[in-house]
Amino acid sequence: MPEIEPMVGRYIHFPVDGTNYRIYFEEAGQGIPLVCLHTAGSDARQYRHLMNDSSLTGCYRVIAFDLPWHGKSNPPVGFQHREYRLTTRHYTNTVMNFCRALELEQPVVMGCSMGGRIVLELALRHADELRAVIGLESADYQEPWYDTAWLHRPDVHGGEVCAALVSGNMGPRSPDEYRWETLWGYMQGGPGVFKGDLYFYRVDSDLRERVAGIDTSRCAVYIMTGEYDFSCTPEDALRTGKNIPGAKVIIMEGLGHFPMSENPELFRKYLLPVLDEIVENTSPRQGSGGRR
Amino acid sequence: MILIKHLPELVNNDEALVRRGRFVTGEIKIVVGDDEYWVGIKEGRVVAVERGPFLMRSCDIAFRASAEAWAKFWERYPPPGYQDIFGMTKRGEAEVSGDWRLFMQNLQYFKDLLQAPRRLAGEECDA
Repeated sequence: MPEIEPMVGRYIHFPVDGTNYRIYFEEAGQGIPLVCLHTAGSDARQYRHLMNDSSLTGCYRVIAFDLPWHGKSNPPVGFQHREYRLTTRHYTNTVMNFCRALELEQPVVMGCSMGGRIVLELALRHADELRAVIGLESADYQEPWYDTAWLHRPDVHGGEVCAALVSGNMGPRSPDEYRWETLWGYMQGGPGVFKGDLYFYRVDSDLRERVAGIDTSRCAVYIMTGEYDFSCTPEDALRTGKNIPGAKVIIMEGLGHFPMSENPELFRKYLLPVLDEIVENTSPRQGSGGRR
Repeated sequence: MILIKHLPELVNNDEALVRRGRFVTGEIKIVVGDDEYWVGIKEGRVVAVERGPFLMRSCDIAFRASAEAWAKFWERYPPPGYQDIFGMTKRGEAEVSGDWRLFMQNLQYFKDLLQAPRRLAGEECDA
């Protein structure tokens, strides 16, 4: 018998800031909605392992979507006339409108890297619509370590340079197969998309002065960071967690900037207890019941 | 020098790495503390490794770090922050200078070349 994975992929149409988008999403499981946000310059395939993990899908509805311009979500009509630049406002509205379009009730939103940044903004602005946020490789700010101008110019191959830039930001013991699969996502990014995402990450989302305003009694905050992440470092995560009263910070040994895709077996050991805790602390608002 | 002197065989016997660097012809320096090593590359193959000091010898790209930092970088499984040249530059423990266009056009090749001595880690320890 051929192996057919349990996840399904579909398209949903909804407007964001006055523009209609056709958004691709994948999902598996039933229960509390767990919306997963991919990193800058990549797409939702990073979460494929979680969607095939029955320990999660037994009590979580795991959903991951490609942001516009990424993966199978096209850029808006007329994209050829503009430079792509993701902003905090547009990113926030995209995620929240996706949740509303699918009528998700009190979802948990988990994002990695720039997704880990936006979940902090979501916890600030939309706490009452969310059950919890999980920031992977997440911080209120990070020091830049390269010039994004190299990511989109005709004399440097965009896919190759984007992948090569992030290639060392993983745990050295993460399996080669998954390290390179993670890089493949970067190699496939559209021209200028990684750079455009980093406009949000570098320029438009310094949250250092604001994260203290997050009310974790309304929306729980978990920050999980790999010890090998030299981009968004454990120190960045600890500083951020310290500034958010009630936030929990978990430093993940052996993992780098892409825990869900570079070493899913190791990552689930850190993630499952967090998801269990969210079930215990927030039931019976929706999708109650133990995972196992 | 023990690890760096093995660069020709480490790189040239790696068919995929040579293919990745097939458009790279040039000269790099790897500076380990006070010691300089000049590495000649032709179409992805390492054709020469020489130990300095050099007087008035230019190169296309230079990679500089302390002997201690390179020793961590060349461990088979480096400690956090030392697994990538950019991890070391961000920490202020390494410096990359020279032709950034050549470097960025062939970034994975140069990263793999610099990391190639890890394959010998455990067999020979000093740079």
